[in-house]
Amino acid sequence: MFATILFYVFGTVLIGAALGVVLARNPVHSALLLVLCFFDSAVIWLLLDAEFLAITLVLVYVGAVMVLFLFVVMMLDVNIEELRRGLASYWPLAVAVAGFVIFAMINVIVLRKLGGAALADATSVALPASNTRALGTVLFTRYAYPAQLAAAVLLVASVAAIVLTLRSRKGRKHLDVAAQVAVRPQDRLRMIKMPGEKRT
Amino acid sequence: MITLTQVLALSGLLFAISVAGVFLNRKNIILLLMCIELMLLAVNFNFVAFSRFLGNIDGQVFVFFILTVAAAEAAIGLAILVVLFRERRSINVEDLDTLKG
Repeated sequence: MFATILFYVFGTVLIGAALGVVLARNPVHSALLLVLCFFDSAVIWLLLDAEFLAITLVLVYVGAVMVLFLFVVMMLDVNIEELRRGLASYWPLAVAVAGFVIFAMINVIVLRKLGGAALADATSVALPASNTRALGTVLFTRYAYPAQLAAAVLLVASVAAIVLTLRSRKGRKHLDVAAQVAVRPQDRLRMIKMPGEKRT
Repeated sequence: MITLTQVLALSGLLFAISVAGVFLNRKNIILLLMCIELMLLAVNFNFVAFSRFLGNIDGQVFVFFILTVAAAEAAIGLAILVVLFRERRSINVEDLDTLKG
């Protein structure tokens, strides 16, 4: 009962914050409301016994991704008013598409009962007590290879982000170490023949 | 007791809001990226809910991978955005018509 009340409270805040993300005039407000969304989602995931993922969501999303978003939003000097001009005409389309999505969801969830009453009535199946241990056991045995792939994706992404934004400055006084090491005495020192000076 | 239907309804509502957000903010790339993050969050909700109500931890492993890919996507997307702004001084989607597609 208490869990249900918590679910409704945080679900309401989540929907409100999501609406705020979409409708806010200022991108900084959108980013901060998105942080609120992630916190609410983490709480709801805690209610659903996904403790490890809830903490991961807070650490990865709020701690890293949203800070990145806020950093970029504040770094770019964007004229918001110009970007928002002429968007009012898209209201009907947006409402229509959102209504269609909601209708499709209701159709699946409520009317068709998820393709059978058994799944809809499923209350809870006991998961292992320690969510982190269970997840780690599966992740490093059955999903070991996908975990390696995920690590490769992260590595490629970080390298790509650095390479994309790296700006080499003109006229930098840096030394070419390879050229320095490859220098031979013959290149630097030239023996020349010249007649000796006559003594008077 | 939270039921599966409640969680799925919440996630569907979240997804619908973010789809509407893509239409409402279709000039601002930063907000488009934020709406994509919201969509991924809604999808993750479904995975977590089904993992909980079917007693199968595999759904949570999948959410883990989705979080990884989403973080990579956000990093590269924002890097491209920064480079784009340096080149064009604008992040308006309508200005990005060099390819004449």
